[in-house]
Order: sequence, then structure tokens, then C-alpha cells
Amino acid sequence: MTAPAIANAALDDATEVVTYTAQEPVRATRDSRPLRLITCGSVDDGKSTLIGRLLWDTKAVKEDQAATLQRDSNGKQNDLGLPDFALLLDGLQAEREQGITIDVAYRYFSTDKRSFIVADTPGHEQYTRNMATGASTADLAVLLVDARVGLLEQTRRHATIATLMGIRQFVLAVNKIDLTNYDRSRFEQISHEFRELALSLGVRQVTAIPVSALKGENVVYDGRASMPWYDGPTLIEVLELATTRSAQTVGFRLPVQRVSRPGESFRGYQGTVAGGSVKPGDSVVILPSGMVANVTKIVTFDLVRNAAVAGDAITLVLDRQVDVSRGDVIAAIDSQPMTGLAFDAQLVALQPEGIQPGKRYWLKSGSRRQRVQVQPASQLDLKTGKWNHADELPMNAIGKVHLIFDEQAIFDAYEQNRTTGAFILIDPDTNNTVAGGMITAKRAALGGIHAEESRVILSLPADLADQLMATELFAGRREDVEVRRVTAGKAAEIIDTIDG
Amino acid sequence: MPHNHPETELHNPQSTKPPLDPHLKALENEAIHIFREVAAEFERPVMLYSIGKDSSVLLHLARKAFYPGRVPFPLLHVDTGWKFREMIAFRDEIVEKYDLDLVVHTNPRGAAENVTPFSHGSALYTDIMKTEALRQALDAGQYDAAFGGARRDEEASRAKERIYSFRTPDHRWDPRNQRPELWNIYNGMIRKGESVRAFPLSNWTEVDIWRYIQAEEIPIVPLYFAKKRPIVERDGMMILAEDPRLELLPGEVKREEVIRFRTLGCFPLTGAIRSGATTLDDIISELETATVSERQGRAIDRDQSGSMEKKKREGYF
Repeated sequence: MTAPAIANAALDDATEVVTYTAQEPVRATRDSRPLRLITCGSVDDGKSTLIGRLLWDTKAVKEDQAATLQRDSNGKQNDLGLPDFALLLDGLQAEREQGITIDVAYRYFSTDKRSFIVADTPGHEQYTRNMATGASTADLAVLLVDARVGLLEQTRRHATIATLMGIRQFVLAVNKIDLTNYDRSRFEQISHEFRELALSLGVRQVTAIPVSALKGENVVYDGRASMPWYDGPTLIEVLELATTRSAQTVGFRLPVQRVSRPGESFRGYQGTVAGGSVKPGDSVVILPSGMVANVTKIVTFDLVRNAAVAGDAITLVLDRQVDVSRGDVIAAIDSQPMTGLAFDAQLVALQPEGIQPGKRYWLKSGSRRQRVQVQPASQLDLKTGKWNHADELPMNAIGKVHLIFDEQAIFDAYEQNRTTGAFILIDPDTNNTVAGGMITAKRAALGGIHAEESRVILSLPADLADQLMATELFAGRREDVEVRRVTAGKAAEIIDTIDG
Repeated sequence: MPHNHPETELHNPQSTKPPLDPHLKALENEAIHIFREVAAEFERPVMLYSIGKDSSVLLHLARKAFYPGRVPFPLLHVDTGWKFREMIAFRDEIVEKYDLDLVVHTNPRGAAENVTPFSHGSALYTDIMKTEALRQALDAGQYDAAFGGARRDEEASRAKERIYSFRTPDHRWDPRNQRPELWNIYNGMIRKGESVRAFPLSNWTEVDIWRYIQAEEIPIVPLYFAKKRPIVERDGMMILAEDPRLELLPGEVKREEVIRFRTLGCFPLTGAIRSGATTLDDIISELETATVSERQGRAIDRDQSGSMEKKKREGYF
């Protein structure tokens, strides 16, 4: 059979569905960035069906793809004459053979209002790493539960990982609601439980939706006919209105990717603005050197621009000859990132070897790559949400670690900036990416090459310490000081344990 | 690559265009970021240039990424010898116009063993003249990174491919063992002989490509626009019948139809569609109501399900 013939055959089989999408709007200019989302849930929750339904009802699946699907599913169809969506989604032969999704796949669909990129990741526990990968770029997480089953341990796990990776918008899709006879109280009970869970993780932006992915209710089309009691938005409506994350409100950051010198008279620093904005005349500092300069021009292919904001790929020209190379960060002079030799971070271990204490890895953040030693401190128990002491981190573990550098490192806290606060670790033996990490804070450089310097530990009344710390002298060297606030009793105890 | 570059006028005369919408701007920014990262991290990058619409967008983005400098790597065209004539003319014109370095490679087995799409069948022909030819060209150039215009929405096995897609010294892709890719931080560390294929258009869809071509006024091969052209019908496809090497089989008739192409490759393996779309506006509105995917016109994808994955494992782009 030729391809058009197959396509026609598929059409005949799926007539009911095609009528759904008969009205096709001509898509206008998009006035927003694509929304990136991650879907969390397992095969049992109907995740493949939900994504398939999104693609199908937004017409992202074309006839010939549907025909291939029809052919590969050997005529297997669900009750509504739709092909097996899982086949559409599980792209790799290896996965089809095993019947599971083993990796992150990216799907694309759009409505007349917006376009969407879905990171489709597997739900099994051993694939925490894949979920972390998908979540790293996501603006929003759709968590899927089976209405008959309610929240599971994996729901907590998924919500926790999504939160750690910086996602602050959740949609709870209470799927298979048709199988509960559209039980309103059941839906409300599950959404209440989920809101409590989200709140415990610090996430307030939660929308719960009763959904039947199979029947296409409250996904793209509303389910009013079956659920007159639900007057909230459909899934697609929530996605259309969701906010994309932006780093525009923080200080200006430009990690320098390369220096452009096409001729003697031009020298520009190329990179993608990773925070804030910049305009000609702004004073900037080059890190780690600390040299200062002013911006004269923002050059792009189209025109010399008046300003650039987070996300823009630009070429920056400065008013003086300064030493700038790849890996440096050009930053706002009045709002600088942290620089130092020791940082605290959280990370997800991505490879079977885990993260070994004391091993020297490559760390890449922005365009900067440098050597780092990693000391695991604790590991998150995803069942209880507790951090337990740990000396090493096995694959799929989420851990708190100390990072110790040979040379100055430059970061923001991940909470403040998802670009300059993120990093990957590369194993120098295999060149593989072994961890994804998020900076939490800078540590005073008490270890590493400064370990032999002489220090003084003072124990002061809190009010006196506050006055001292407010002085200019102190503020100027704030980076060199480590401060802990404890009770007088605890301070006495600590001091007593020190010889000296 | 040392090159005597004339001083570049900073105020680009093309600046009369309206600014891109935020959607296309975000995709453009991402692609430029990838171009710069690869150019900075690898010693010998090359850009695969197939002359099609995706390649045209890719090239435009490369020019933007390195402006006001020159594109700092050569373009590689794997020429099977069976491309549409208009493609080759277009290629040479573009290379001249934008002052690009072009490397063209054809597998010598093509001439030596007379490998044609007619004599060897699409699968074997593609394997020799495209996959094998590409490996030869990459080895000869000792390239450690190759940009390609592949998009994740094109085909199921592409949906899981990374933006930096790692290849072994014999150009193999192991889909089960890909490096995790988080945020926009790419791991470009490789050993000697290994390489990376980099895909700046990973997150673009076909409509994005066309809307970007329109917004940025990017030149493309005229075969994408509808025109009355000579065709012959074969295996359910309409094939362009202008090349004297195309011999009509018994029962085949050459006739004229108003057609265009949604993708461009080797003319004997690329099916035309009936279309009256003569402008970019027409193409975009045709696409937005299209019910079949662009790869439908490609013979090589239909051989078997999972055929692209198989070809990719073997080194096909």
C-alpha cells in the first residue's frame, strides 16, 4: 500500500476524531515565548494517553504519522477508535520492545495562542535522573494521578524533584475521572491533599483539573457535558496562561562564550544574557578579574540595539581594552554574582558510578569550565522529605554537597537565577555528564588552598556582632567571614572543644 | 581559519525589518547560543549544508551568531549527484554571496560502481551515497563537531536526540546511552576521534522554519514554491521529470502539473505535492491546515518503521 493509501485508511478508521478538529484557526503571530512543561506520572496514570491526546486534539499528529501508528499497533485501538498513543510517543525501537519509556523525549504542539514544548519523562523511580533533566528547563509541571487511586508516593517524589529544579507552577491532572463516575467529592479530596503537599514544598500556584485523557475531557475540549460541576479551566487553557520564567528582574549577567575579533578595530564579547538587562553607558565588572568598564554598544546582526534583556544572544562592546576571555562573566557593577572557592549546592546524580567524595570533576556552568572537588553531605529521602547524612551519592540520589574549587568560581544562587546558579559535573575519566546541580550559597573559603591561613573564632553578643558587621571595614571583607548564630550555651560548648 | 576580512559595516542595512515575535526570537536566541558554544569548544567544526529550507535557516543563524565576523567554519555538502539542478545553482550562488567556505563531497563509489537510486533501490543508494559519503567527508576533514539542521518534531527517534549528540569514532549513535542534557549547559568533552553532531534547530517545528524564513527574508530554493513543472508518477509519488537521466518506465507518462516540494533531497526519491502556494504566506497557511507530515514525501523514511533510528545508528545525519 502506498503512503497516501495508508493515510486514507487511517482516516476512515479515525473519522470520529477528525471531526473534532474540523475548525482549524489560521495561526497568528505568537506573542509569547514557547511554554516548556514537564509531565510527571506513570503509564498506569495514563500519561501517554494524556500527551497523545494533547498532540491529537491540537492537530500536531499528521495523517501519515497516524497511519504508521495504525500500522504498528496492528489494528489495536482504544474504545474511541484512536490508535495506541504510546507508540507515537515511544520513539526508539529499544523502548517499544521493552514497552517502557526510558529517556526524555520532547514533543511539540501549539494552539492559536501559544506553542508548547513538552519534556516527556518516565515515571519509574529509577529514572529520577531523566525527570531532573526534563525539569531543568521547564516552566511548569503537570502531575498526573489516577482518580481511582489518588496521590501516590511517586506523586510526592515528582513534586519534590520538580520543586528542587526550580518549578513553581503545578497542574494536577486528576485523570480517569470518567471511571469514578465523575465523582466531584473524590476530585476535591485529591486536589485538597495535593494542595497541602505543594504548600509543604513552598509551591502556591496549583491548578487541579478533573480529566479524562481517553475521552478528551478537560484536556483541549471542555468536559462540561459530563462534569457540569466543574467550571474551572481545561488543561490547555491553564497552559496558555502560564507564565514563563524570566531572569530579567535580577542583576545583569553575560557569560562570555567567545571573543569576536573580525578586524583590528572591532572587539566584541559574545554570549547570551543570563540575567537582568544592559544598555549602552552601563558600568560593568568583568569577573573573576574584577576589572571595570562601560558598555558602548550592543551589536546584533540586525541593528545596533539600545538595550538587551535576559535571553538575548548579543555581542557586547566595551569602552576600554580589558582582558576578557571565554568563561568570564560580565556583570552589573552594582549587583554582582558571588565569587569564591567554596560553594554549597544540591545535585542529582545521573550515572551508575554516582558521585564519589574527593574525586575531582569538571564543572561547567554557563561557558565556564573548571576543576572541582565534591564533598557529599546529605541525601534526600524522597519518601519522607528528610535529608540524611551521606558520604557518597548513588545514581538517582538528590544530595547536598560542598564544592571546592582551585580557581575562583562565579555563581548566583539558583533561587535567584536559574542560569548562573546551575551547573553540570563531567567525569574526567569518561567525559560523561554525571550530575546536574544548583548552587544554594557560597561558603567561606575555609578549606582548599586557604586551609593553612590563620583565623580567629570570636564569640560575641548578638547586638555587638550586628554593630561590627554594619561597619564599612567589615562589609568590605564580608566574603572572608563565616558567621553562625547560636545560643550562648552552644557557643561555649563549641569554644570548649577547640584547642588553642 | 585565517582570512583577510574587510571591515564590516556595523549598521546593517537589513534593519528595516520589524522585530521578531517573542516565540521566534526565543528559538533564534537558543540556536545562536548553540552555534557560539560549539564554535568555541571544538577545534574543527563544520556545518552540514543540504541546501534545503532547514539548512537555509541554519546558515542564516550562523551568520547572525558570528556577526560582525565571518562564519568561522566551512559548509559541507554531501552531493549524491542526484540533487535537483536548481539546488546546486542556488548553493553556488549563496556561497558566493555570503563569502562562505564550501566543501563538496561525493562518494567515489557512486561513479565507480554506478550507484544510482534506480539501480540500487532507495535504501542501499542512501546508505552508500549519503550515509557512507558523510562518514568519508567527516573523516577526511577530521571534523570534531558537525552542525545539522535536524528538528525533534521531524521523526519519532529524533524526539529523544540531544542538542549535542555524541558519536563514536566510527560515527555511531547509541540512543540508549546518551549524555544527559540539563538547562542550556552542553557537555562538549570528547576524546580524539570522537565527535559531536550539534542541532541548533532541535526545538523548531516546520511552521517555525517557514515563519522565520518569512520574517527574516531568507532566500530559499525556488522549488519550494508552486509552479507548472514536468512530472512523472512513480510508486505513488510525483517525481520531477527534467533530468535526462530519468528514464520513463513502461506505462509512465510525462505531464505538466502545478506542484511544489515540501522537502528537497535527491530528485528521484522526493515526491512533489499538488499545491498552488506561490508565496510564503500561501505555504504557511497551507502548512497550518496540512494533514500530512513533511516526511511523507520521502521514500527513505517509509522503508520500515524505526528506519530513521536504524540509519542514524549507522551514522546517517
